[in-house]
Amino acid sequence: MQVETPLVLLKNRHLGRPATFEEYRAGGGYEALIATVGKRTPAEVLQLVLDADLRGRGGAGFPAGKKWQGIPAGYVGPRYVVVNTDEMEPGTFKDRILVNTDPHLVIEGIILCAYAVQATEGVCFIRPSYESDAVLIEEQSQVARDHGLLGDNILGSGFSFDIHVHRSAGRYICGEASAQIKAISGLRPNPRKGGPRTSVKGLWDCPTIVNNLETLANLPGIVRNGPDWFKSLARSAGGSGTKLFSVSGRISRPGCYELPIGTPLREILDHAGGMPPGRVLKAVIPGGASTPFMPDKYLDLEMDFEPMKRAGQRFGTASIMVFDQNTCLVGATLNLMEFFTRESCGWCTPCREGLPYVRHLLRLIEGGQGEEEHIGMIKDMAQAMRSAYCAFAPGAAEPLLSLFEYFEPEVREHLRQKRCPFGNPPPAMRGKACGTRPPTFGPTPCPEDQCPI
Amino acid sequence: MSLPDAVVAEIDGVIAAVEHHKREAAVDVMYALQRHYGYLCDEAMHYASKALDMTTLELESLATFYDYLYRRPVGRYVIHVCDSVVCWMFHQDSIFDYLCRKLGVPPGGTTEDGMFTVLPAACIGNCHNAPSMLINGRFYDRLTAERIDAVLAELRQSAEEPVRCK
Repeated sequence: MQVETPLVLLKNRHLGRPATFEEYRAGGGYEALIATVGKRTPAEVLQLVLDADLRGRGGAGFPAGKKWQGIPAGYVGPRYVVVNTDEMEPGTFKDRILVNTDPHLVIEGIILCAYAVQATEGVCFIRPSYESDAVLIEEQSQVARDHGLLGDNILGSGFSFDIHVHRSAGRYICGEASAQIKAISGLRPNPRKGGPRTSVKGLWDCPTIVNNLETLANLPGIVRNGPDWFKSLARSAGGSGTKLFSVSGRISRPGCYELPIGTPLREILDHAGGMPPGRVLKAVIPGGASTPFMPDKYLDLEMDFEPMKRAGQRFGTASIMVFDQNTCLVGATLNLMEFFTRESCGWCTPCREGLPYVRHLLRLIEGGQGEEEHIGMIKDMAQAMRSAYCAFAPGAAEPLLSLFEYFEPEVREHLRQKRCPFGNPPPAMRGKACGTRPPTFGPTPCPEDQCPI
Repeated sequence: MSLPDAVVAEIDGVIAAVEHHKREAAVDVMYALQRHYGYLCDEAMHYASKALDMTTLELESLATFYDYLYRRPVGRYVIHVCDSVVCWMFHQDSIFDYLCRKLGVPPGGTTEDGMFTVLPAACIGNCHNAPSMLINGRFYDRLTAERIDAVLAELRQSAEEPVRCK
């Protein structure tokens, strides 16, 4: 049975286009901001967020309030808020839907966060394929500025804060907080290991709060309706709020669904129309490419950070990719490893060397040349990848290890039949092979005859 | 040859917008130059280096890192074909193969007429419409061989100015 649940983040989705300032205002928008700026102290806002137990929606699930508390007390100087709209996790598209539904909800959330941490400047980091998001944020933040809700001296309170958009030029690794800060600073975005947290020393060496866009979009609701309301939205015991679930893959109605945190997977799939005719669920990846496969025995598990962690699963970004009985999970894992190998920034050894090694072994197995010993070799390397600088390689190890944990018979079937039992053709051992002309190499031609260099 | 005034003004504008931290404009400046030249040629890199007070080496480390900055010549339209797991589920690289064969180019190659470059792309965030590709800042959803033929024909006819690298 499906229970209609109130929409919080996507309540203006019925419009079918981005809500305007007036429409957002009519639905109670910016009231939280007006009731806050100059009327509550920043510490009160922080307390509201801590009480609401708002956890990061970008994958790691770190409590937002605790992250904000990391800013050294009494720090004098600029502080920054970086809004992470990189969203390159395969299977995830919730932030694009959210911005294109209610840009002002996002902007209000950013301002509330900035007020709580007394930031002066906000940077929206947006990936290149979301150019429409970048344009919307730029246009709508100007509207907010015209209404005195953004910029110098917001609502006459003496609090000044402004946001601008930083357009990224791609690459998955830019979603990592320290890499993102480097990307904004015009440096090659390798994540940094150790050192102070970004909330102590981030952008331009100043305290910086990097939060996912969806996390910040929850703030207007929390501030306006209170932490208890926010907690009551969830269905799991310790959870709070609603979540945007991006459902994709072999499902009848793929799309983005806002549902209470703690909704079991079975119901989420029902919302998305269930399995298409003739297809049976085999597994899902519940939270983007860096989370383990979740076999169908977990259909009734509450989708929330803690219950999933207890079951050895990860909530991640809640982007559910559905695999049916006809999809080869060795092939799917190989595809994920191709993705991770290509997107690795190449800075530290476990990631740069470990991923191609694992990919090679998976190509052998998928192509029917796998040996028994390869399974152990992959598992060993997956452990070694956990010592990488950032969460990238350990994230890649999650689906890899879960493939052997839950679907080892399927892997062994590849070894036994010496081919893919699903009939997939053997993968090319040296990357994509196709086309009719060999690639050309040589010095980069300059378009001008009179090149000065 | 000097750059047109409009491009110079655009570059000055993006640098002025972040005056305290010029380096932040690095990617935007390279985007502007790429829009002008079609790709980041050596001349563009030198101009960017002077405008940003960064060394060409620093800029090179960015231009060769990002996948929407092109350090080699590309076609008028760059086709970013998503090959991540959800799109893979629906076509297992056949979309990419089809495009390469149809256009007669290897991965990363450009057609003889300079119209198209085919590149594999990491997830482009359009998984609910898989399989998907991104051309000129626009998503093309639920691809089939027929749909690709129609898109290529439409782009060949089109007179629109490519929004390169967005």
